Amino acid sequence: MERCRIVFSGSGGQGVITASIILAEAAVLYESMTAVQSQYYGPEARGGATRSDVIISYTQINYPKVIQPNVLVCLTQQAYNKFYPIIRPGGLLITDSRFVKIEKKVDARHKELPMYRTVMDQIGKPIVFNICMLGAVTMLADLVKPESIMKVLETRIPSGFLEMNSRALALGFKLAEEYKS
Amino acid sequence: MKENIKFIQGNEACVEGALYAGLEFFAGYPITPSTEIAELMSYRLPQKGCRFIQMEDEIASMSAIIGASLTGHKVMTATSGPGFSLMQEALGYAVMAEIPCVIVNVQRGGPSTGIPTHVSQGDVNQARWGTHGDHAIVTLTASNHQDVFAMTVEGFNIAETYRTPVILLFDEVIGHMRERLVVPEEGEIPLVERLRTSVSEGVDYHPYLPREDGRLPMSDFGGVHRYNVTGLFHDMWGFPSDNPQVVHDLLRHLVDKINNNVNQITNFKSYYLDDAESVLISYGSSARSALHVVELLRPRGERIGLLELQTLWPFPDQLVRRTCEHAKHVIVVEMNMGQILQEVRRVVDQPRKVFLANRIDGVFITPRDIRNIMRLVQGKGV
Repeated sequence: MERCRIVFSGSGGQGVITASIILAEAAVLYESMTAVQSQYYGPEARGGATRSDVIISYTQINYPKVIQPNVLVCLTQQAYNKFYPIIRPGGLLITDSRFVKIEKKVDARHKELPMYRTVMDQIGKPIVFNICMLGAVTMLADLVKPESIMKVLETRIPSGFLEMNSRALALGFKLAEEYKS
Repeated sequence: MKENIKFIQGNEACVEGALYAGLEFFAGYPITPSTEIAELMSYRLPQKGCRFIQMEDEIASMSAIIGASLTGHKVMTATSGPGFSLMQEALGYAVMAEIPCVIVNVQRGGPSTGIPTHVSQGDVNQARWGTHGDHAIVTLTASNHQDVFAMTVEGFNIAETYRTPVILLFDEVIGHMRERLVVPEEGEIPLVERLRTSVSEGVDYHPYLPREDGRLPMSDFGGVHRYNVTGLFHDMWGFPSDNPQVVHDLLRHLVDKINNNVNQITNFKSYYLDDAESVLISYGSSARSALHVVELLRPRGERIGLLELQTLWPFPDQLVRRTCEHAKHVIVVEMNMGQILQEVRRVVDQPRKVFLANRIDGVFITPRDIRNIMRLVQGKGV
């Protein structure tokens, strides 16, 4: 895809924004692509519905926000209810099966993944939920190479926590494989 | 990955630019949406042995950088609308006493505390006329991180060249958005250093006695020369004067040193203007939406172009007049109620062909907003 517009949504504290920055940074620093990331500040970023927009492209990006995402990630019911109508027809909707109950049919491929449950079962630390999600999204949407994400993690995450994060990322990749078809 | 490629916020790009330009002192009072500038300065400056001070308010911040500049250092502060209002008094002092300094205003919606986390470009006229009395001022802006960096360096260069405060007028979208910045190699962008006096210790130094080329060499305050600095009209010794000739000449000098150099101070970018029938004029983040529209409509055969202003003040009258000469219509794209629109109308031959595409609701202007206005202007209906 020449240009991919992604909206990550969830609630404050889930690490939605961090995950989106890692993705965009991987595209820019390690794949020589163009990317912009922007987020919505204000009270909604503190417990309400958080939203982070990422555009990844092979060409220059002028308008930096996302109006109709090719990929929409919703990690809470509130975020899903608020944002599902904006998805681009034929796009990819990714939700977490623990947090989001699907109410409406959208004109998009829908992947309902047990990301939170898998992270809790296998690692037991909710803090890496976002990294697992990032692995799944990257793989399902074919955005950047797994190595590029790993390289960003290596620069951003303290060495003591790197192993846990890379396990969470691998869990995400595996989930994506299972749910690909 | 090369070390000099970064994926950062616009506010961080501004910090990188300031450090590249040789910033040595920052005093500020953090305020959304400029906070990241103070935050990053607070650990980057001490790393290079320089000073960061968090002040009690913006009046003190502005005063502190004026003092530090006089002692011979490159200085900066950063704020947003409410803080910028508080800085106006001392800003006028810096104009009058001719003290080089850089003031960043990452705009939010106003008036008053307004809408802190949302975008606006409502401080354009405040940058021009926020402080009282006739004066000239330099205001620069940018629409992407590479240009934020470049305009920040340019701001320091202009401040030193003309002994003037320079305002960097960014906005929330540019400040908070993340994108690529390639930090230039040392020496890639020329830097202007302080012009210091050659008058030696023990010899009378006249702080406001111009050289033959009109420039005023400075002496580091607290160094070898004793001299007076004041916000009052002053003579070549820096002492207050109400002599009509002195008053007249100083005010003319303050205005002329900027206005006679508009061409040197003007920075801009042009896109597809050669044969443009529709000319968009924009600046800051809204220029991104304008450029989006131009890039979308050009391949469809529409003769549309964009003039992106990077120097807002002094306003580039001639550039804008010339650009609009053959246009059927001109659309100014900005996020206020028409502050640059008024300037464009002032300078073009046919003010009636100039229209406004704007948003004032805290929402970033979209390409669709601009196209809707264009369709109205072109008589195509919405």
